[in-house]
Amino acid sequence: MNVAELIEKTGYTLMNPAVPLTREVTGGCCCDLLSWVMASGQEGQAWVTVQTHMNVIAVASLHEMACVILPEGNTMEEAVLERATEEEIAVLGCSETGYAICCRLHDLGI
Amino acid sequence: MDEVVLRKSYDVEAGDFESAGDASAGIKATLKRLGVPTGIVRRVAIAAYESEINLIIHSMGGSLTLTVDGESVCLVSDDRGPGIASIEKALQAGWSTAPDSVRSLGFGAGMGLPNMKKNADEFQIDSTVNVGTHIVMRFHLS
Ligand SMILES: Nc1ncnc2c1ncn2[C@@H]1O[C@H](COP(=O)(O)OP(=O)(O)OP(=O)(O)O)[C@@H](O)[C@H]1O
Ligand SMILES: [Mg+2]
Repeated sequence: MNVAELIEKTGYTLMNPAVPLTREVTGGCCCDLLSWVMASGQEGQAWVTVQTHMNVIAVASLHEMACVILPEGNTMEEAVLERATEEEIAVLGCSETGYAICCRLHDLGI
Repeated sequence: MDEVVLRKSYDVEAGDFESAGDASAGIKATLKRLGVPTGIVRRVAIAAYESEINLIIHSMGGSLTLTVDGESVCLVSDDRGPGIASIEKALQAGWSTAPDSVRSLGFGAGMGLPNMKKNADEFQIDSTVNVGTHIVMRFHLS
């Protein structure tokens, strides 16, 4: 499933609409410690985190992740979203908890 | 020793969180452009990112230098202090002196140095308190 299909199936909000949505989502990761994610992250993951600063994009981009999903109404500043678009990382937002998001991803076969 | 194909140095300023990741992104792009195998690019990029963040959080400023020759990719982190009192402790997974202000941003898991060591084929760290820390990481191309 690619990011476009993930958005369609979950109804999550795409926060940086100019980003390409063709990356395949091949796994998930739920963690707020950046160096932990740096150590264990994988290409194609959907990363669920409450961190919203510039370094989230740096880590997601180094791993070539598919997208970042922000739980419980979290948002990112415009400058961070612009960077995310440059790095081709889709940022999705929703009102669900991190746990609920992971359950959704699992139910979708990710 | 093979001829140097490329040498590039990046200054990293203490406390400059806004630019954090720029040097490692530059290093990753450079290696990709040179056609270095993706698996190696990935390991260098991870080590570069952790080095860069450590320079920003823990050091008084320094630099990251990338050297590529026919045999290997070499990454050197150099800083102007404050140095590390116990390298043995610093290399332990989970050991961190990061202040609460950066822990709340998700730094300070104490995973950076172990992660650098794990990803490099050769890892050497030297540090002198009040002088600085010097880390050499080498990644073999074959
Ligand atoms: N360049 C440096 N100068 C001075 N001290 C350093 C430097 N790099 C690391 N340290 C010390 O070594 C400790 C461990 O570093 P490490 O990168 O493993 O973890 P961290 O930076 O604290 O957390 P994380 O990397 O997981 O976000 C640091 O907390 C710090 O005390
Ligand atoms: Mg660190």
